[in-house]
Amino acid sequence: MMNCLIHITLALVMPPLLLGVIGKTKAAFAGRVGAPFLQSYYDIFRLLRKGTVFSSTTSWVFRAGPVVALATTAVAALLVPFGAHPSPISFNGDMILYAYLFALGRFFTMAAALDTGSSFEGMGAAREATFSCLAEPTLFFALITLSRLSSSTNLTGMLSNVSGGAWLYAGASLLLLVGGMFIVLLSENCRIPFDDPNTHLELTMIHEVMVLDHSGPAFALIQYGASMKLFVLGAFFVQLALPFATGNPLADWGVFICSMLLLAIVIGTVESVMARLRLVRVPQLLVAAIILAAFSTLLVIR
Amino acid sequence: MYSVLQDSVDPALLVLDATLVMGCAGIPGLFLKRPGPGQAVAALCTTLAALVGIATALKLLFSGTTASCSLAWNLPFGSCELAIDPLSALFLIPVFLVTAAGSLFAVGYWPAVRNRRSEPGLTFFYGILGASMALVLLARNTLFFMMVWEVMALSAYFLIVTEHEREEVRRAGIIYLLATHCGTALLLLFFSLLAARTGSFLLPATGSLSALTPLAPVMAVAALIGFGAKAGLMPLHFWLPPAHANAPSHVSALMSGVMLKMGIYGILRSASFFYDIPLLWGTLLTIVGLTSALLGIAFALAQRDLKRLLACSSIENIGIITIGTGVALVGAASQSTELVYLGAAGALLHVLNHSLFKPLLFLGSGVIIHATGTRDMNLMGGLGKTMPRIGGLFLVGTVAICGIPPLNGFVSEFLLYLGFFSQIQGDKLIYLMGAAPLLALVGGLAVLTFTKLYSSVFLGTPRSLWSGHRGGELPMGVPMALFALLCLLIGVVPQTALSLVSSAVTALFPRLPLSPLAVEYGAILEKLSLAGVLLLTIVLVITLLWRWRLGREPVTAAPTWGCGYQRGTSRMQYGATSFSELAVSIGNGVLGQRIGRPLLTGLFPERSECSDLPSETLLDRIIAPFLQAVGIAFAFLRRLQNGLMHIYVLYIFATLFILMLWAH
Repeated sequence: MMNCLIHITLALVMPPLLLGVIGKTKAAFAGRVGAPFLQSYYDIFRLLRKGTVFSSTTSWVFRAGPVVALATTAVAALLVPFGAHPSPISFNGDMILYAYLFALGRFFTMAAALDTGSSFEGMGAAREATFSCLAEPTLFFALITLSRLSSSTNLTGMLSNVSGGAWLYAGASLLLLVGGMFIVLLSENCRIPFDDPNTHLELTMIHEVMVLDHSGPAFALIQYGASMKLFVLGAFFVQLALPFATGNPLADWGVFICSMLLLAIVIGTVESVMARLRLVRVPQLLVAAIILAAFSTLLVIR
Repeated sequence: MYSVLQDSVDPALLVLDATLVMGCAGIPGLFLKRPGPGQAVAALCTTLAALVGIATALKLLFSGTTASCSLAWNLPFGSCELAIDPLSALFLIPVFLVTAAGSLFAVGYWPAVRNRRSEPGLTFFYGILGASMALVLLARNTLFFMMVWEVMALSAYFLIVTEHEREEVRRAGIIYLLATHCGTALLLLFFSLLAARTGSFLLPATGSLSALTPLAPVMAVAALIGFGAKAGLMPLHFWLPPAHANAPSHVSALMSGVMLKMGIYGILRSASFFYDIPLLWGTLLTIVGLTSALLGIAFALAQRDLKRLLACSSIENIGIITIGTGVALVGAASQSTELVYLGAAGALLHVLNHSLFKPLLFLGSGVIIHATGTRDMNLMGGLGKTMPRIGGLFLVGTVAICGIPPLNGFVSEFLLYLGFFSQIQGDKLIYLMGAAPLLALVGGLAVLTFTKLYSSVFLGTPRSLWSGHRGGELPMGVPMALFALLCLLIGVVPQTALSLVSSAVTALFPRLPLSPLAVEYGAILEKLSLAGVLLLTIVLVITLLWRWRLGREPVTAAPTWGCGYQRGTSRMQYGATSFSELAVSIGNGVLGQRIGRPLLTGLFPERSECSDLPSETLLDRIIAPFLQAVGIAFAFLRRLQNGLMHIYVLYIFATLFILMLWAH
C-alpha cells in the first residue's frame, strides 16, 4: 500500500523535475547558469492561472486533446513498475495496453491539432503520425525480448527480471535493446535529434507545432502530460539500462529517483552535443532502431 | 413475449421464420404505387425479424446448444438439413443486426420519395441479401449451401449496380461478378471433392475427416480461394474497393460488415471438418492474413475517396481475422490449447467487432456524402461543427477501428497479442512472435489512416462549397448510435463478449479442453475492463478540474494563429492527401500512389495543377490485361450469344437431350 502511494505520488510530482534537470544540463554545457530546477513547475502553475484563447474554427475535439493525452499517460504510469517496485496495476498482457494507451493519446493530440485548420499544425500531426508508426515495432520487439528472458507476460514481471545477472547472460541482446529503446525514447518525447521542444516555428517541428493553438490551462495540461510521458517511458528505459536493486524498499525508491535524474542528465547531454537531424533522416534512424531491437530478439530466441 | 415462445417453439424454426420475413420484407414495396409505405414496411418487418433472430441466436450461444430442422424438398441430393450450432449463431447476430440497422438507415438515406425508380428494387434485394446470408449459415446440405451462396452473390450484385447509369458503377459490378463467380467455381470443386469423400451431400460433422489424404490439400486450396475471394483476402481483394465504394452506403455497410464474414465463416466451417490439420495450413493462413492486414491498411492510407478507404480497411480487418484463424489452426496442429483458444477467440471477437464499427463508419460515410455531395476527402472538412452528433458517433467508430482502448477493436487485438506472447517460452512456435511487431505496425498505420479520415472530414474548416443536402438525420443517426453504443459496451465489459465467443470456439474445437482457458482469460479481460473504466474516470476528473479552471479565467475566441500570415484560406489546410503524403512516400514502392506535382518556375509561377491518384496495381496491371487477352482468345464463342430467345431455348433442349443420352 505504502509503495503504491509512493508510486502515484512520484508519478504525479516528479515528471516536471526531469525537464528542469535537462535544462540545467544543457545550460551547463553552454556555460550558462540556466533556469532553476523547478522552472517547469513554475511554468505549469503560471499557465494554470491564465485565461484561454480558443480558435474560432475549433470544436470540442480540440478541447478533448490535452485531457485525453494526459489521462492516457496517467494510466500508463500506473502500469509501469518504478525501479524494483511492482506497478500498482499489473495483469498478463498489460504491456499491450501500455503500448496502445499512447496511441489513444496520440490520436486525440493529432485530432486537436488538425481541428485548428492550420497548415503548420497539420504538418506536425502528419509527421508525428508517421514517425510514431515506425516507433511501434521497436517497442514490440523489446517486449518480446523481455518476455522471452523473463518468462513473463506482464510489465512488472518482465522488467523486474532484468538485473545484473540478466546482463551477464544476455548482455549483447540487452545492449542492442537499450540502443533501440533510447532512440524510441527520444523520438516519442520529441527530443533532439528528432525534434526540438524549445522552438515552435521552424518547419522541421513535429510535436511542438501541434500544440501551437493551445493556451492557458490547456497548455499547462499538455506540458504536464509531455513531462509525464517522458517520465513513464523513461521509467521503462531506466529499468532496462540501470537494473540496480538493493532489497531495501526505501533504498530502492532512492535508486530509482537517482536513475531517473541520471537519465535526464544523459538526455540533456545528447541534446547539447547533437544537432537536430534533417527530416528525411528521421525515418532512417527509426528503422535502425527497429533493426536493433529485432537483432536483440533474434539473439534471445536463437 | 420471448419467454412465452422459448419453450414452445423450436429455435431453428424461429430463426428460419425471421429469415423468411426479412427476405420477403421488400416484396410489398414492389407492388405499391405510392412511394414510401413499402420502405417503411420493409424497415419495420426487418427490425422485428432481427429482434427475434438475435434473441434466439443469443439464447443458443449462451446455452451452447445446437438447434436443427430439415426442409422438405424433391431434389435428389439428400435431405436439406438446417442447423444452428454456436458458430452459426455467432455469425447470425451481425447478419440480423446490420441488416435491420441498414434498413432503418435507408429510410433517411435513400428515401423512396426522392428515388422512386431505384428504391423498390434496392429494398427488395437488400432483404434477399440479408436472408440469403442467414440461410448460408443455416445450411448443412452442400447443394442448398451453394444455392443460397449464389443468391447472396447475385443479390449483392444487383445492390452494387443500384446506380447503374454511371459507367464506374457498372464496371465495379462486373468486376465483383467476375471475382465472386471464380470463387464459386472453386467452391463447386471443393464441395464435389467433399461429396466424393463422404459419399453424401451433407456437410461432414466437426472433426470427422482426416487432412492427411492426398486430395485434402487440393480441397484446402479450393476452399481457401473460394471463400477467400468472398472474404477479400489478398490477392483476391481486387473486387472489394470499387464494389464497396460504388454501392449505396447501407449496402456497403452490409457487404463489408457481414457479407465478407461469410467467407470467414466458410473457412472456419471447412477447417472444422478435419481433425488432424497439418501445421502448414495454419501457417499459410497466418501469412495470408498478415499480408492482407499490412497491405490492406497501406492501401487504405493512400486513398482519397472516403468509401474506398473504408473498403481497403475492410481488407485489413479481414486479414486480422484470418491471422487469428491461422493461429488457432497452428495451435491445433501443435497441441497448444492456449493458442487455439486465443487465436479463435480473437478472430471470432474481431468478426463481431468489425461488424459493429465498420457498418457504423459506412453508415456515417452515407451521411457525409449526403451532406457534401462528394466522396473526395480532399474537398471536405469542418463537418464536426455542422453535425456534431454524427461527428461524435463517427469518432467512436474511428477509435474502435484503430484498435485502441477503451473500445472494442482493442479487445480482439489484445487476445491475438496474448496468443503470440503465449508461445514465447517454447521453441517450436517461436516464429509466431514475429507477427506481434507486424500487427503493431498495422495498428500504427490504422491510427494514421483514420486520423486522416476523421480530421479531413470533420475537423478544420470546409475546403469547398458543397452541393449536398441535409435532412433525414434522425433515422440515419439512430442505427449509428446503436452501433456506437455496442462498440463502447464491448470495450468496457469485454469479458461478457468473450463468454459469448467462447461457446463458438468450443463448437469449433470440441475435442480440446478449452473451458478453463475461458475462465482464465475472462479474468484477464476483467482487469482490462477495470483499466478502461479507470481511464474514463481519469478523463472525467481532468475534464472537471479543467472546466473549473476555465470558469475562473477569461475565455476568448480568436482566429487560428497563422504564424503571422494574414491571408490563410481553408484550401491551405492540411488535406487528406497531404496528411498521408509523408507516410506514403516512405512505402511508395508498394503503394504506387501517383502524385502529379506541378512544375513551378520563375518568381510568379503560372496557375498549375496537382493531382493524386492511388493506383490499383493488381487490377490495372495484371487482372485487366489478362481478362482482355481471355476476351480476345474466346471471341469466337460470342457467336453463340446472339440474343435470340428461341435459340437459347434450343440450347437448353440440346443440353438436356445430350445429358439424357449420356445418362442412359
